[in-house]
Amino acid sequence: MITSIRGQNLLTLEGMSEGALLEVLDTAESFVEVNRRTIKKVPALKGRVVASIFFEESTRTRLSFETAAKRLSADVLSLAVASSSVKKGESLRDTTATIDALGIDAVVMRHQSSGAALQVSRYVPHVRVINAGDGLHQHPTQGLLDAFTIRQVLSERKGSSGVESGLEMFKGLRVLIVGDIRHSRVARSDIWAYATLGCDVRVAAPGTLLPANIETWPVTVVSNFDEALEWADVVGLLRLQRERGSGSFVPSLEEFTQTFGLTLARAKRLGPSTIIMHPGPMNRGVEIDSKVADQVNAVITRQVANGVPVRMAVLYLALAGVREGGAS
Amino acid sequence: MSAFLVRGGRIVGPTSSSIGDVLVHDGVIVEVSESISLPSGCMEIDARGCWVGPGLVDLHAHLREPGREAAETIESGARAGAIGGFTALVAMPNTEPALDNVALVSYVLERGARTPLDVAVAGAITVGRKGESLAPMAEMAALGVRLFTDDGIGVQDPSLMRRALTYARPLGVRLAQHCEDELLAAGGSMNEGEVSGRLGLIGRPALAEELMVMRDIELVRLTGAPLHFLHLSTLRSVQLVNSARRDGLPVTCEVAPHHFTLDETSCQGFDPLFKVHPPLRSAIDVDAIREAVRRGLVDAVATDHAPHAPELKDLPFDEAPAGMLGLEYSASLTFEALGDDPDPVLFFSLLSRGPARIAQLRREDDRVRHDAHGGDIVAGDDANLVIFDPGARWTASNANLHSRATNSPYDGRDLKGQVRTTIAKGKLVVNEAVLV
Repeated sequence: MITSIRGQNLLTLEGMSEGALLEVLDTAESFVEVNRRTIKKVPALKGRVVASIFFEESTRTRLSFETAAKRLSADVLSLAVASSSVKKGESLRDTTATIDALGIDAVVMRHQSSGAALQVSRYVPHVRVINAGDGLHQHPTQGLLDAFTIRQVLSERKGSSGVESGLEMFKGLRVLIVGDIRHSRVARSDIWAYATLGCDVRVAAPGTLLPANIETWPVTVVSNFDEALEWADVVGLLRLQRERGSGSFVPSLEEFTQTFGLTLARAKRLGPSTIIMHPGPMNRGVEIDSKVADQVNAVITRQVANGVPVRMAVLYLALAGVREGGAS
Repeated sequence: MSAFLVRGGRIVGPTSSSIGDVLVHDGVIVEVSESISLPSGCMEIDARGCWVGPGLVDLHAHLREPGREAAETIESGARAGAIGGFTALVAMPNTEPALDNVALVSYVLERGARTPLDVAVAGAITVGRKGESLAPMAEMAALGVRLFTDDGIGVQDPSLMRRALTYARPLGVRLAQHCEDELLAAGGSMNEGEVSGRLGLIGRPALAEELMVMRDIELVRLTGAPLHFLHLSTLRSVQLVNSARRDGLPVTCEVAPHHFTLDETSCQGFDPLFKVHPPLRSAIDVDAIREAVRRGLVDAVATDHAPHAPELKDLPFDEAPAGMLGLEYSASLTFEALGDDPDPVLFFSLLSRGPARIAQLRREDDRVRHDAHGGDIVAGDDANLVIFDPGARWTASNANLHSRATNSPYDGRDLKGQVRTTIAKGKLVVNEAVLV
């Protein structure tokens, strides 16, 4: 059980305590304000070096992390290891050693292989590793920003701040996660965060897009998607991971849209205040109808915006309490 | 020195054991009795408190030569084997290039002959282990090859497997199958189940193995050719083979120590040291395999010794090659699996007599180049002997391995029982658990 990420790596949300999650959410809240200033910068990580290594292509997550690091005044080393230029078969240990030799305090890394961030953390125990997505395994900052966004929206409706609200709104909150759970690192992070926070989490997907032994997860698999939509307070859609071969797990994209897409017709079943979420990038017209994505209750761009304060909080906490010179 | 008196050990025969002395002279056991007086010029080896049995035989050693000498050579593999109590190893054919012709088989046999152990060869079933066309099994059989396998991968095409069995039967050789349907295994890197689902690793389902076991049992029923099932890892697989055996089919099977000592939760740290095919299974299967070993439901324990260069085990889990070292700790891990009151007869049946029978390395088999292994410890037998101390307690350490590679998953594990002495081809190779 991880009870705080202060001075720690952030590799997974499975096994993270409610207190640890709350700490990140509350810390992120304090950084929201920074992002509204004219001069969007605080000196919290001045002199610290954060390397951002994306072995797998990404635009929004990389930009979000690098913006977060810069707003904390950290120096950012952005290593261009696009998957095309990384020779498959290069030892993860060698790549890590090269980066470490440049003198870094933290590494934000994305990799196409599950577990890569954990492996790297073993090679450089003196460097804080922030997992920005590893294979099908975890995308912890996405899970955190999703929880943050839910809290923010529900707090605003009550007219209170997120910090004041604490975690109360999550108790029994009905969250429905829809789509390609099997190939989704976002689902693997969201589910553990929501379950730990006390939500009632259900999932809806074609049988082929559910992970092995999902009955051991803290979720319920719904048998009737349409009824579940009426039940939900929050609907989290997932991208159909076509690049991971999930195309062959359903007969066609059209059939997926017909059965598990949030079409305009189906969106009518949602309650008036149901929150619609999507981690992006969206396949408009596949898992979500274009018009539905632009509805008022769809908080997709707000998720993107919240990425910055949440990642600021993660970097700040992970590097907090770490002495000058690296080792904690 | 060519004469040894092994003194006071528990001599383990094929059905019973008793305390006594064994006298070895010029590579042959010359006398076995309750008490033998030490002849002059003869070295005395104190075996009191120990088991004295036939040298261990490994049906499944990847010695990596030719092609991947950075991971292992026949010479380094033989050293690791000797430390593990083995006097004979069957070298697997998934080298680069594969052992699919007489030239390559001869090369390995010649290299093997320079080591202190007997190195037999398993030839490939298909050319290049590609699963497309039959390798020249008759020519390789003429060199003494008695086992054929494409191990590393099973022969996927049922028609080709049927043809291979039909072709092999009159040659008096045995095919051995790595059972995993690769289409069902879907390029996965660990057991399919709760752990793989949570880790986001693609799973290799138990069914991928069991389906091929089922298929091949039926092919044996059809062709009448003997078949050996390599490294079975699930309860169902072992049940299927035992059911076929009860039907009178000529099937045998082996299990590997990692499949009865480590389960799928070992993969939770994404450490590629725990990646192996077939994968580490559920705790239920691990317990079932250990129970099958204890009850003598398998013919052999085989190591599936699979050295890999360290840089390959520093790859991400899904990209790293499958396989782990096995030769040095197999005897201790098997001993531990036999429980609190381990039966020495079963121990040597699993690690020596069973595998020697399958590899046709026993005295009654028509031998080509090889010594007799898995014998009864009687006068006249070739002196391939091991002394195993059931009371020893020691700790596995990757710093002390004799293989070139270090990809053992057992670093730091407490072990029970230890090989004290290995006498191979009449020579003292290991004494006091160190190479002579």
